[in-house]
Amino acid sequence: MIVNFILNGRPRQIEAPANETLLQTLRDTLGNFDAKEGCNEGVCGACTVLLDGRPVASCLVLTPTVRAHTVVTLRGVQSGDDLHPLQQAFLDHGAVQCGFCTPGILLTALAFLERHPRPDREDVRVALAGNLCRCTGYTKILDAVQAYVSRPGRS
Amino acid sequence: MHPFDYAAPGGIDEALALLSRHGADAKVLAGGQSLVPLLNYRLAKPRMVIDINALDLGAVGLEGDTVRLGALVRHHILEESPEIAHACPLLGAAARLIGNVRVRSLGTVGGSLAHADPAAELPLVMVALDAHLTIRRGGGTRRIGASQFFTGYLSTSLEPNELLTEIEVPHTVGKGTALEELARRAGDFAVIAVAVVVGVDRRGRVDEARLAYAGVGPQPLRAHRAEDVLVGHEPTAEWVARAAGVARGTMPTHSDAFASSAYRSLLVEVLGRRALGQAVGRALATS
Repeated sequence: MIVNFILNGRPRQIEAPANETLLQTLRDTLGNFDAKEGCNEGVCGACTVLLDGRPVASCLVLTPTVRAHTVVTLRGVQSGDDLHPLQQAFLDHGAVQCGFCTPGILLTALAFLERHPRPDREDVRVALAGNLCRCTGYTKILDAVQAYVSRPGRS
Repeated sequence: MHPFDYAAPGGIDEALALLSRHGADAKVLAGGQSLVPLLNYRLAKPRMVIDINALDLGAVGLEGDTVRLGALVRHHILEESPEIAHACPLLGAAARLIGNVRVRSLGTVGGSLAHADPAAELPLVMVALDAHLTIRRGGGTRRIGASQFFTGYLSTSLEPNELLTEIEVPHTVGKGTALEELARRAGDFAVIAVAVVVGVDRRGRVDEARLAYAGVGPQPLRAHRAEDVLVGHEPTAEWVARAAGVARGTMPTHSDAFASSAYRSLLVEVLGRRALGQAVGRALATS
């Protein structure tokens, strides 16, 4: 079936069978590999995208249901080739090991910070509780988010 | 995922007509946070998926002493709404324990109740809150109490041609409520969860007590005998402990990979005592 939606600010029209997930459509049809397939049951967070600004597991969204909605993947928060300052903070703090969980964690953190701009470390821990890092680099991930939240010049 | 036909009806009559036609061959898609994993695993193989997200079932209404929740109200609304937090804090407390942030973005109240996982939080609090569910089918509407709605493991009284459309929850302003659970990891379904509503009269005696457990059997259960222990008494630590002990003696428990029957039984008492204690404190603070 034909599905129209907005992906990273751009209107897209794709053809997808009803039993296709948004994750499959992004990766296999649109060649957008930002979201990763981890568990395929909504637990790991590697396939996180923003749907109308909220984090969702793209492996648990049927593509026909995003018709007329807005989807953002990690590249949608960058401006051109410039890294988002949260991505830079992840680099600066060594918060990326294999990188498989990173896009999902970045998007989950950004969606959380939209609503909670001044979280403490525990708030961030709770907000990211649903994103698994199997390299277990959680401490550096929290360091990076904290550094981003308290960086100089942030309004 | 097996192939299926997909329909997204624009109105409730169209949705009910599709359900009448396809019945048990169809599955209703609300937030999809239970259905899509089942589809991914090919555990569910419907011939048709009926996407109800275009239906006008997403409203929250506060009327008199009732909170009305459309079946499509999403968990994050329960979590974040200050009105719901005031009228019925158990709903927000339950929502915060569900899955992870992604599940709460899309998952719906109606979907969680219709899926009826035996250890899920929303079915539990609906039983504790004595909520009533409105169910529609082509040419008819019925209303059923939450305790009667859940009939067994992942089973409800919904017929294949019926759609859960609304949940009415009596508010708990002036009462004390609490929710306690033990889960193995953040976001897991509970091993044991308990939800409590306590009312205290002007003389400081319990005039209402509702105590419900999840994880004790195929569906959430009220611990009526434990409730009876409390009613009419001052809710001292001693009576609270006695009631929790009675709950332990009356709630069925089973062993599985996560916990033994003996451990579940212990949790029934410990979590029950904790939740009752909190609810009593809150009831006394507000009365």
